[in-house]
Amino acid sequence: MYAFELTRPTSLADAIKALGEEDAQPLSGGQTLIPTLKQRLAMPSTLVSLSGIEELKGIKNEGGTLSIGAATTHAAVARDGSYPALSDLAGHIGDPHVRNRGTIGGSIANNDPSACYPAAALGSGATIVTNNREIGADDFFTGLFETALDEGEIVTAVKFPIPEKAAYVKFEQPASRFALVGVFVAKTADGVRVAVTGASEGGVFRWSEAEKALDGNFSPDAVDGLTLPADDMIGDLHGSPEYRAHLVGVITKRAVAKAG
Amino acid sequence: MPADGGIGAPMKRREDIRFLTGTGRYTDDLNRPGQAYVHFLRSNVAHGRLKSVNTEEAAKMPGVVRIFTGADFEGVGSIPCGWQVTDKHGQPMQEPAHPVLAQGKVRHVGDPIAAVVAETPDQARDAAEAIEVDIEDLPAVVDMKKAVEEGAPKVHDDLTSNLCYDWGFVEENKAAVDEAFEKAAHVTRLELKNNRLVANPMEPRVAIGDYDPAGDNSTLYTTSQNPHVIRLLMGAFVLGIPEHKLRVVAPDVGGGFGTKIFHYAEEAFCTFAAKQLKRPVKWTSSRSEAFMSDAHGRDHVTTIELALDGDNNFTALRTETFANMGAYLSTFAPSVPTWLHGTLMAGNYKTPLIYVNVKAVFTNTVPVDAYRGAGRPEATYQLERVIDKAARELGVDPIDLRRQNFVTEFPYATPVAVEYDTGDYNATMDKLSEIADLSGFEARLAESKKNGKLRGLGVNCYIEACGIAPSNLVGQLGARAGLYESATVRVNATGGLTVMTGSHSHGQGHETAFPQVIAEMIGIDPSMVEIVHGDTANTPMGMGTYGSRSLAVGGSAMVRATEKIINKAKKIAAHLLEASEGDIELKDGAFSVAGTDKSVAWGDVTLAAYVPHNYPLEEIEPGLEETAFYDPANFTYPAGAYACEVEVDPETGKVTIERFAAADDFGNVVNPMIVEGQVHGGLAQGIGQALLEGCAYDEDGQLLTGSYMDYAMPRADDVPYYDVDHSCQTPCTHNPLGVKGCGEAGAIGSPPAVVNAVVDALQRAGKDVTHIDMPLSPSRVWAAMNQ
Repeated sequence: MYAFELTRPTSLADAIKALGEEDAQPLSGGQTLIPTLKQRLAMPSTLVSLSGIEELKGIKNEGGTLSIGAATTHAAVARDGSYPALSDLAGHIGDPHVRNRGTIGGSIANNDPSACYPAAALGSGATIVTNNREIGADDFFTGLFETALDEGEIVTAVKFPIPEKAAYVKFEQPASRFALVGVFVAKTADGVRVAVTGASEGGVFRWSEAEKALDGNFSPDAVDGLTLPADDMIGDLHGSPEYRAHLVGVITKRAVAKAG
Repeated sequence: MPADGGIGAPMKRREDIRFLTGTGRYTDDLNRPGQAYVHFLRSNVAHGRLKSVNTEEAAKMPGVVRIFTGADFEGVGSIPCGWQVTDKHGQPMQEPAHPVLAQGKVRHVGDPIAAVVAETPDQARDAAEAIEVDIEDLPAVVDMKKAVEEGAPKVHDDLTSNLCYDWGFVEENKAAVDEAFEKAAHVTRLELKNNRLVANPMEPRVAIGDYDPAGDNSTLYTTSQNPHVIRLLMGAFVLGIPEHKLRVVAPDVGGGFGTKIFHYAEEAFCTFAAKQLKRPVKWTSSRSEAFMSDAHGRDHVTTIELALDGDNNFTALRTETFANMGAYLSTFAPSVPTWLHGTLMAGNYKTPLIYVNVKAVFTNTVPVDAYRGAGRPEATYQLERVIDKAARELGVDPIDLRRQNFVTEFPYATPVAVEYDTGDYNATMDKLSEIADLSGFEARLAESKKNGKLRGLGVNCYIEACGIAPSNLVGQLGARAGLYESATVRVNATGGLTVMTGSHSHGQGHETAFPQVIAEMIGIDPSMVEIVHGDTANTPMGMGTYGSRSLAVGGSAMVRATEKIINKAKKIAAHLLEASEGDIELKDGAFSVAGTDKSVAWGDVTLAAYVPHNYPLEEIEPGLEETAFYDPANFTYPAGAYACEVEVDPETGKVTIERFAAADDFGNVVNPMIVEGQVHGGLAQGIGQALLEGCAYDEDGQLLTGSYMDYAMPRADDVPYYDVDHSCQTPCTHNPLGVKGCGEAGAIGSPPAVVNAVVDALQRAGKDVTHIDMPLSPSRVWAAMNQ
């Protein structure tokens, strides 16, 4: 990696101030950023570590809404258990090393098209809290590695309304074990939400046809016969667009079955 | 003999203590005083003409000691190839130059263009990024069949084409083979690919060059499976340093799997630069560099045809294979698709007529060379797949078809130039049937069906030629080296032994197994024996470890040296006991006079050898140290039968291995625990090849699988519990231990078992699938099911 300065602020205000410097970049768990730096694919002047900021950590259950600080690790979410589908998802990200370093805020802000957390946020209808506003998940994920975050704006928390039923099923890419296709389904008071990660060239998306079908009948059979066009699906060594489109159907059914 | 430490004892590996507690000493753990670091600037295009390499600005960067380019190596030799194959017209293969740093052209992504030596690794890398390289892109050749078409771009301008050789084996048999096909009652044909693999040893390659101007001595510390071979190749052919002025040290090495056999440009560079700069130069490969600079394995495209008569006897076999050499000839590359592959095409079967054609092809990819099994997995895979396909076409049981055609009488001379000394293929098949519980398959099939899964059973045999190799034979076949092994056994004054072996352990457990052999021979505890290896300064010239050869060849050398020791010790004992030498017996670590209670302990005899106060000085020299070189009379032929049971998810195509059984005949076994571990590791690699691993390039020669994000290595949850047996033992007839070798078997025998099982599962489900190319990833299996 190239040389950089590292600052470790202990308050959010100090972090925001530090991020105002030119070419400063926030560092959370570093599970994407550190490998990127090692490959010399990024050259920040300063890394602003968020891991020493207590107000960004912790999980609170506030009347059916789970509020998770952005610097909370996957392992902590996995242990929490008050939103079982989310804990299950967090407990299967990467390996123990990744889960004990990687954070929910880092994952959401990075919006890797194969990451698990964006599916949970979009599938749950979560609200992404930043240092200056709240953004609904439907508006937050705008494309491949792209979000609604402005320059210098950081995620501080993610608020998940806990649904009646939910589940996440991931079909792993054999090498990276990221999601080749991952589907998060949630049955909420306002209807069913189905969020798909890993599959689309546009990043995480909601499968509205499946949501409509499941609204009336929350069972795997409801998805039968539904197909997604392969046009916008990712095609690579690990699967063609057609394969991914097919898997979305299969994995959605499995997620519904798992949600019970 | 020591009941718990001799031949046959499942001793825990003594070397594991240091490996598991972080006290191993790998090359990267070594640092020489005043060392500088090198970073290689590598080509990011597959094929291009080097128009200029401007190092002017880079040379001014902080910490830069010196920047080398191809021009600095004009007076230096080419990286040599150790095997010359003669083609079917009697002509030698085309053999291009392989400069240490690219000269004129770059020929694959990763080809080193320049080397920056600096005070720190980061400074070297910073300066490498500042080098201005002007490359004129040339069209790349990646696909082997396109590479040999008329008018294809040439990887090497000075060669007539991209064809390295067109080999026919046995060329004289071709007409008879063709005739047998014309007369056949049934012909089964199969086209398949043996996927390109990246070895990925846990420890990436490292090299440190060191130079002592006082004595004009060079030392290379390197991650090698065979330090003497590197000393000879690099010293004699590349740098012009005679052996007595060059020491090569390969300390603890974290896995090799073949890819650390070869002599690489980076180690020649470090040795060269250290002498030029008069300071040590160190290079540590990153994992990314390993993907684009370690020699890859396999990469064959084959058409195989099997002819059968009306009674389902195999009458002839015919193959055409395209074998990828990559951009340059790596050390043993030409031998892998020929002498390590064609000679094994008979398999376990008495097919009377065989013709093997191999076209070796240069492409703009990383060089390809031996990888665990080397040629023998490729032979086994195509043969065992085509037999399976034939059985399905003929509607006969695949096991019965194999049994019917087994070689049953030994020695057996195959039509492809080798002679199997021993074996019992029915015995291993019987054992397999038992440990794999083949009779319980139908019940398990029913259970899988109930769970909505497709279940399949794949069975196959394998044979390999190990204990490489008789030097006079391989010399006739084009080897530019002998393939004996050596050992010096030094008995110390107080009775302990130090064995200096030319074999090299990088995971095989020599430090544990070799002492067991000596413990057995002398009747002492194995802890009295220390194994020294990996340093040309203190081991006799040896050829190293690969081809499942260490115990069969290196162990035999050690046995011969120990026999000399025992003979001399008996003379000393006879003197001490005032008896006739012929009456002296060695048992349980003591020499006794037959038929009496007179005896003298091992330690008293060894002490007498070094404190020869009461000693037959007029008859024998003091001291007790002997060296032996052992050249095998034949290859050894481990063989066995494997069974794999898979479940296939019909919705996703995902394959899971539910059961895997391996019945091997390794001849005699010295340490069954180590043997079992070797089989487990081999199976994991074979299953990795079958289901997960596949190195891919795009049509421009860009490496698509350049990291673990896209190159799938097998992990613990990808492999099942193994049922492994090696109780079928037909000892090798021509080495003193009766051993055959076990290191490669698992990787050789398992890929066809997995693929046979998946095809079986799909066919049982009514799918018209006769073959899927490895790796059998979920997407490929799904595509095959839905074609």
